[in-house]
Amino acid sequence: MLEFKHVTKRYNNGGDKEAAVKDLNLTINKGEFVCFIGPSGCGKTTTMKMVNRLIDITEGTISVNGEDITKQDPVSLRRSIGYVIQQIGLMPHMTIKENIVLVGTLLKWSQEKKDERAKELIKLVGLPEEYLDKYPHELSGGQQQRIGVLRALAVNPPLILMDEPFGALDPITRDSLQEEFKKLQKELNKTIVFVTHDMDEALKLADKVVIMRDGEVVQADTPDEILRNPANEFVEEFLGKDRLIQARPDVTTVQQIMGSSPVTVNAGESLKGAISKMRQERVDSLLVVDENNTLQGMVDVEMVDLHWKKAENVEEIMDTEVFSVSKDSLLRDAVHKILRRGLKYVPVVDESHKLVGIVTRASLADIVYDTIWGDGLEIEEAVAASQ
Amino acid sequence: METLEQLITYASQNSGYIWEQFYRHFLMAAYGVFFAAIIAIPLGILISKYSKLSGWVLAAGNMIQTIPALGALAVLMIAMGLGSTTVIVTLMLYSILPITQNTYVGMKEVDKTIIEAGYASGMTRFQLLRMVELPLAISVIMAGLRTALVVGIGIAAIGAFVGAGGLGEIIMRGTNATDGTAIILAGAIPTALMAIIADLLMGWIERRIHPIKSSA
Repeated sequence: MLEFKHVTKRYNNGGDKEAAVKDLNLTINKGEFVCFIGPSGCGKTTTMKMVNRLIDITEGTISVNGEDITKQDPVSLRRSIGYVIQQIGLMPHMTIKENIVLVGTLLKWSQEKKDERAKELIKLVGLPEEYLDKYPHELSGGQQQRIGVLRALAVNPPLILMDEPFGALDPITRDSLQEEFKKLQKELNKTIVFVTHDMDEALKLADKVVIMRDGEVVQADTPDEILRNPANEFVEEFLGKDRLIQARPDVTTVQQIMGSSPVTVNAGESLKGAISKMRQERVDSLLVVDENNTLQGMVDVEMVDLHWKKAENVEEIMDTEVFSVSKDSLLRDAVHKILRRGLKYVPVVDESHKLVGIVTRASLADIVYDTIWGDGLEIEEAVAASQ
Repeated sequence: METLEQLITYASQNSGYIWEQFYRHFLMAAYGVFFAAIIAIPLGILISKYSKLSGWVLAAGNMIQTIPALGALAVLMIAMGLGSTTVIVTLMLYSILPITQNTYVGMKEVDKTIIEAGYASGMTRFQLLRMVELPLAISVIMAGLRTALVVGIGIAAIGAFVGAGGLGEIIMRGTNATDGTAIILAGAIPTALMAIIADLLMGWIERRIHPIKSSA
């Protein structure tokens, strides 16, 4: 859809030859929501503005749908790419309707077509049709930016460029607009290039986040992947410690927090042996394993009591339908299951169903303490201390 | 009291003549501003696009403005002879600065983000000028025309010195006559009235074409 190949931009002011964008290579697929993010002066806005030729490329090529943009007429190129800016930039002397279908006017659409399109679009953002005859200054900031977005959508361009579109709005309006827009983007299947300096916004909206610094791409990945594996210290710093800690339950695997020495009993053990093991370890249930440490089931003190007279060994009475999780599964999923099923603990197994550890409610409590009293106590340390 | 009576008598006896000079006076001022606008508005647009020129052009305009109107009239008379043409050209010279300056300011004051939005929507330079910049700058440009017209009405009064006629002629008549106060007033009051009315009227138009409208 959109391809950057060795794109370089140098501004020639006062002999300053430092490149604003250095040898940028990037491919954006159709329907992808890509956020460019970085500190100011990192070249993110320059990169975006080169796409619709508001800024000329010094070296390299950008192609939209396989066509080199420098070979196209800049005016018709711009009409085929939506554009939304932070300052909204609605024409104050035009009605909302005229603003929405501005590009249609430039493309010489008939009045009926424009009227129809304007009505169709204003429904998308849930504003009443009477607003079409109002002027921009009669609308609130959030409403104005909704119109700004509609203007970009008017002629149904496949690609939309957005330069910090929600940056000037108050947090509550921004939040609702972000959600509305994300939904809209999925519905309409638009490719979006979105410039922002707000990490939360990028993580919330983007399918792919492109982190830039000094005109270079530092990391381009999905939000999950960036949180899980920040490419370097800069990315970590840019994400911020809070966000990394917050994100941790999302990316921590069960293995990282599990207790590694669950109390087990061999399947062939007698009930008497099982009871003495429970007493010795001061637990009320045991995980049953075979010789290869493969999880077989579990047994607790009640089951032993119930079958005391009838059964010889653990294997006969154990509950084989034990819920277990894989050691690589995400903690957040495991936690969810533990809480929903009201389990006291979950055994952790590896690929071949061998028992490798256990997640108990105590380990969860540790995570809670760690989140609340945060910083000082890392999860691993907390778990290590509890073992 | 006596002067007032004389004024009323003079005005009633010469109403046709006063009206004719009033009309002539107004036309000279209006033509001067009109021709100036033809030159000055494009000039103002030009210097707003090429900022390097703006210093030079505005300095030149200021220089013209410092020449006393009577002197300029006299010099032009040598070149162009007597008559209303000389007055119109003088008025034009004096109107160029306020109109150019206001056009320049009006164009510069158009919000850059709106221009960017228009440009990025795929407007050509000419479309941008016609659909965005001029509509948004028009009321400031009108303010320039208004200043020019009011100043022009004042300057046109001295046009009588080069035989162009106008209300200045009545004033000159009064200064030449013994006890001509009433005649001077018969020329001066309409001149002042014309300036005031022109100012109010242009002000009204200026507000009417203000770009930021409300739907109600």
